[in-house]
Amino acid sequence: MNCILETQGLCKEFGAVTAAKDVNVRIHKGEVVGVIGSNGAGKTTFINMVTGYLKPSRGEILFNGQSILGRTPRAITRAGMARSFQVAQLFPQLSVLDNLLIAVSAAQSPFPSLLAPMRNASRIAQADAILAEFDISRWRDTLVTAVPQGVRKLIDIAMALIGDPQMLLLDEPTSGVSAEEKTALMDTVMRVVAQHQVTVLFVEHDMDVVRRYVSRILAFYSGEVLADGAPEAVLANPRVQEFVTGGPNAHKRAAQ
Amino acid sequence: MSLFAVLIDGTIYASWLFLVAAGLTVIYGVMRILNMAHGSFYAIGAYTAASLVGWYFNNGIGPVWVGYLLMLGCALVAGLIVGLIIERGLLRFMYGRDEVLMVIITYALLLILEDTMKMIWGVNPYFAYQPYAEMGRSALAGLKVSNYDLMLVGISLVLGLGLWLWLERTHQGKVLRAVIHDREVAMAMGVNVRRMFTLVFVLGTMLGTLAGALTAPAISVVPGMGVEVIVLAFAVVVIGGMGSIEGAAVGALLVGLSRAAAVHYAPEFELFVIYGVMALVLAVRPQGLFGRVLARKI
Amino acid sequence: MRLSKTELILLGVAVLLAAGGVIAPQWLVFLLTMALAKAMVVQGVVMQMRAGLVTFGQGLFFCIGGYAVGMSGHFLDITDLALLLVIGVGAAVLLAMLLGLLMTRYREIFFAMLSLAFSMILYGVLVKSSALGSTDGFNVKAWTLIGWTPAAGQASLALFIIIVACSGLLAVLLHRYSRSSAGMMCEAIRENEVRVEYLGQSPRWVLYMNYVAAAAVSALGGGFMALSAGHIDPEMAYWITSGEFVFIALLGGTAHVAAPFIAAILFAVVRTYAIELVPHSWQMILGFTLLAIIVFLPKGLWSLFTGQARRAKA
Repeated sequence: MNCILETQGLCKEFGAVTAAKDVNVRIHKGEVVGVIGSNGAGKTTFINMVTGYLKPSRGEILFNGQSILGRTPRAITRAGMARSFQVAQLFPQLSVLDNLLIAVSAAQSPFPSLLAPMRNASRIAQADAILAEFDISRWRDTLVTAVPQGVRKLIDIAMALIGDPQMLLLDEPTSGVSAEEKTALMDTVMRVVAQHQVTVLFVEHDMDVVRRYVSRILAFYSGEVLADGAPEAVLANPRVQEFVTGGPNAHKRAAQ
Repeated sequence: MSLFAVLIDGTIYASWLFLVAAGLTVIYGVMRILNMAHGSFYAIGAYTAASLVGWYFNNGIGPVWVGYLLMLGCALVAGLIVGLIIERGLLRFMYGRDEVLMVIITYALLLILEDTMKMIWGVNPYFAYQPYAEMGRSALAGLKVSNYDLMLVGISLVLGLGLWLWLERTHQGKVLRAVIHDREVAMAMGVNVRRMFTLVFVLGTMLGTLAGALTAPAISVVPGMGVEVIVLAFAVVVIGGMGSIEGAAVGALLVGLSRAAAVHYAPEFELFVIYGVMALVLAVRPQGLFGRVLARKI
Repeated sequence: MRLSKTELILLGVAVLLAAGGVIAPQWLVFLLTMALAKAMVVQGVVMQMRAGLVTFGQGLFFCIGGYAVGMSGHFLDITDLALLLVIGVGAAVLLAMLLGLLMTRYREIFFAMLSLAFSMILYGVLVKSSALGSTDGFNVKAWTLIGWTPAAGQASLALFIIIVACSGLLAVLLHRYSRSSAGMMCEAIRENEVRVEYLGQSPRWVLYMNYVAAAAVSALGGGFMALSAGHIDPEMAYWITSGEFVFIALLGGTAHVAAPFIAAILFAVVRTYAIELVPHSWQMILGFTLLAIIVFLPKGLWSLFTGQARRAKA
């Protein structure tokens, strides 16, 4: 069984709003899965549930065969599943290096030392290493508030990778980044991710970006999984075209 | 009999607490400002009333009922002036800042107002007992109760109902509730939030000074009374849920009755009981009995 | 353990201060002792602020520290300074370990209000307790140290030297703490608590340790205050007292461990003159100063020295 993440009948309701309806998904080790869907389709809700931030209304989530339902994000991260965020979640008033050092320190031990300095040689080496991998070393000593958006997204992902996760969930890694920069950014991300041998699932709106890297696509609409499979098949699916991507005749269909 | 005494004492104290806390909770509900200076508004109202009313009655200027009107009128005017100065002169430059920072800013305001009052009214106590004494007492199931206190209960009921009706039934109240719910959306819908803030703050201030003026005849008005009162007001507002009128009423009753019970049966616990209930509610239901929980989105 | 440059400077200043105390006039020594005691309480407030929490109830631990010292002398006839302080800190730590379980569930305004509530609970209990002198409090017995009883004129200077030594050590410890993994994690929690969770760390645990540590530090200040002033009363737990600690914390800023010490001394000096010259305007001065700090120097006076004020405006 090579299944790293499995959801069974996952549902989430916020009062009258259904954010997730019977989501059944199986991700296998080493896959690169793209998640597409229009805004409000339930992609971030899915990630929030799987990483423990939201409690599902019904259903089960298995990570490496073990149920992680009801566990906190902290426990799930320690179990080996990390994520990045749609809006990069960093520590604004600290330097880029300090941001990463905190990630390193957190990954090393759940009980931080009260007196031993956080900034020691080995942690700094680790942080510098990942900065180099992402090619953002020149921002090392800058305050995060002064760092451009693209770099912030990379730091966000770097912090998730530091804990050596088995699986990485990226929520719109290129959001907020200009169209010209998107491909370069994703290239960097996927290159580093490949080096770390991580199973990846990322949410993305740009179909060119998606097609470039994934071996499989999950299409969401209105809280349900509309299609799940090889990229060509999913993107050619008429329902996917109608509700998600807007294929060649979408405007005609919309007019009907 | 003792139980009845507790009930009466508790209700009287509760109505006083409600009068004090109403302005505080309204301001927080709409503007998300926990106004520490509210106690100072209360004190300003008390000083204004005590000095003017004291002068009026001591010199036998006119009929008694005019004295009462004077008391209420000057409190409202004082509240209007102070509220306008503070909102237009300071607070409107600070909107949007962190909630705790706003608390610290209003704390600074409290410090300033405390000494301002000392400068205007001096440090000696003021008395304006005449309205209290004039009304006499009644017998209520064998207990002697001051009519003034009963009037306070009545006023707080009317005020509470009035505020609630205004918020729930009038158009302005609905707009206010929209602002409470989501400031940005209300602005996008064309609500003049800035003007609303001024209105609400001044209303809250006037409620505060009114409470002070109404209380003045029953006590001696001294420096530091605002500081003591504000913590009680906090307790009531926190217990009831910040921003909720019903909450303030229920919170006031809870605190009033608990305190009365303590005073009658275990006086050493009088202060303990008030803050104990506050801590208990915060521990069990931090948003208060009628408050809303705000979730963070990521 | 090697000492960093900053730590050496801190200890050096402590030595100079202690030496200065020998030649300084009695009233100044007394003033500085009280200021340093207050500074310790403020350090506790600063520790919370670093984690993003403003406490309006640090007076709780200040008061516990003081009353533990006073009561141990009064009821248990303990006069040894070291033992008294240990008792004070120990009592605060025990209480903090209990309260911390609750307090660490809250942030922002709820944390501020809850901390205020607890300190007022203590105030209420003490005020109504006639055995403890209610609003008058009671006097603290003269202290001894490992058998040595200071002579009449010596006690003040001796206490000063002791508190300076302790302040120096505390400064070094807190400097280490602020740079440690735990200390930095507190800052991370302030900046983005959700992210800390997602890094596999428990914010509650870190905040809990921080809360207990801050309580211990503040109680130490309370103990020293009791010994220095020779008197304790329930005012120590009153919320206005806690407000004063918050003021001094904001005055100095949270950037450097020396800031609360300097701010507390500055505060004590200014207050002495202000109370003499304008006793009924002192609070107003405080109020305007606080507003000025918030508007112009949000990072406290320390930012003036490091030019951070300029950077913060940019």
